[in-house]
Amino acid sequence: MTDALDGNAIAGQLEEVFGREMTTARGVCASCGAASLLAEVVVYLRAPGTVARCRRCGALLMVLVTIRETTCVDLRGLASLDPRPMEV
Amino acid sequence: MNEEGGAQAQGPTPVSRGFRGRRRAGSDAARVPPGQYVTDDFPVLSAGPTPHHPLEWWSFTILGAVDEQRSWSWDEFRGLPSETVTVDIHCVTKWSKLDTVWTGVSVDTLLDGVETSAEYAMVSSDGGYTTNLPLEDLRGGKGWVAYEYDGEPLEPEHGGPARLLVPHLYFWKSAKWVRGLELREEDEPGFWEGYGYHNYGDPWREQRYAGD
Amino acid sequence: MAGATLRRRLSWQLATVVELVEETPRTKTIVLQAPGWTGHRAGQHVDVRLTAEDGYQAQRSYSIASAPEDDQLALTVERLDDGEVSPYLVDELRPGDELELRGPIGGYFVWEESLGGPLLLIGGGSGIVPLHSIIRHHRALGSTVPARLLYSARSLDDVLYHDELTGAGDVDVRLTLTREQPDGWHGYRRRIDGELLREVAWPPAERPLVYVCGPTGFVETAATELVELGHEPSRIRTERFGPT
Repeated sequence: MTDALDGNAIAGQLEEVFGREMTTARGVCASCGAASLLAEVVVYLRAPGTVARCRRCGALLMVLVTIRETTCVDLRGLASLDPRPMEV
Repeated sequence: MNEEGGAQAQGPTPVSRGFRGRRRAGSDAARVPPGQYVTDDFPVLSAGPTPHHPLEWWSFTILGAVDEQRSWSWDEFRGLPSETVTVDIHCVTKWSKLDTVWTGVSVDTLLDGVETSAEYAMVSSDGGYTTNLPLEDLRGGKGWVAYEYDGEPLEPEHGGPARLLVPHLYFWKSAKWVRGLELREEDEPGFWEGYGYHNYGDPWREQRYAGD
Repeated sequence: MAGATLRRRLSWQLATVVELVEETPRTKTIVLQAPGWTGHRAGQHVDVRLTAEDGYQAQRSYSIASAPEDDQLALTVERLDDGEVSPYLVDELRPGDELELRGPIGGYFVWEESLGGPLLLIGGGSGIVPLHSIIRHHRALGSTVPARLLYSARSLDDVLYHDELTGAGDVDVRLTLTREQPDGWHGYRRRIDGELLREVAWPPAERPLVYVCGPTGFVETAATELVELGHEPSRIRTERFGPT
């Protein structure tokens, strides 16, 4: 996993797509139920698209593909995505 | 790598003085498909973690629309006739690498004697990655399951122990960590094809995305 | 952030390079003047986009080194040997050049005083950059939140912002030099591990707010060991750097 980054690496891309800061959004993995902030998911940037995986089980959470200046986001791997800012 | 999305229309993008990127100057244009840049590196692109499984667990299987499923263990696979080829490879993210040397088993060897009416194949890899292509594009000396690169065992980050090699198509079709082929009568998109990448992927016709 | 009625769109803007400061032979701080800049929070980053004459583009993210209070926006970039963008920024860029960037970006790896502490900052290599922004911000506020930095670098020559970090005395700075140490060095001389973290970190009962930044392996070691020591995962914020 040493070549993987985290959700911080796609913060700009996510903000562009969702229109707001998303690294503090809370996502739940549809595969294993693990909840985490998007900042903390495992991100693979070096691919024909961007892939985010669950840190606990490795399942696909999100896939972002930019084709002809349109970015499509597949969120099927998330059971839920709550953009409320994180409370400390 | 070039990643962009939803750029606001603000006129032409300003040029960064003196920036060229990693591209090598003076490449042989006839060998470079449109929109590609030649590199001396070997970039590693991945959609998931590098699998590390013991070779004792490895197998390669041909299944689907076949009379009989075929499977090889690593030792059996390495016992098959192999060949060394020198090919150019082209990644959809725009880099091309010329004169790459691979050693592997031709898909023709793997399909030798296989009876099938299938016209398509779905390639699958460790970790769940898939890619699809016409069976014809795997045969006739166009495809290999490669286990050596440049005379050395293929490194895990580049797809080792074995990857598919189909150099006449964009390199996302050359699935890393390949484990099997499913022969199919109907075509179905694989991983990137399902997200809008071209179903066929001919670099010479610049078929990067669906609709190209 | 309270519900803002003003939706700022994340758009590309041009900044002009004002000054380049060599921090180490491989690292430069790029001081910028960005007319469209609206300010930032300590720990945030920008995306930088380069365009070649033939239209080829490359984009990377770089942490903001300057504090929100600083007059000018500054980034610190380390040259990666086989990098595509960093060699250009470190070796080629000149004052007067324009740089396209967008930001500020990020709402997770940020610190402000309302988040409290005690504040434990752990940086590996160029992971020190966003932590430096946090430290400068802490300093500009005259904050009394206790702050401690654990910074891992290969050698003293690789330590960024050395004098500024150790000079002010408001942050308890612990260095570990992993490859080469000067004569008479009394500090740590190894890669971070559980024991080192146990010695440097506050006890878990103090509930420090921890920020870890650096290469993926470094971050994972630090985060795992801190949790092993009993620190709450929700009090540990991580930012992984790597070649992209």
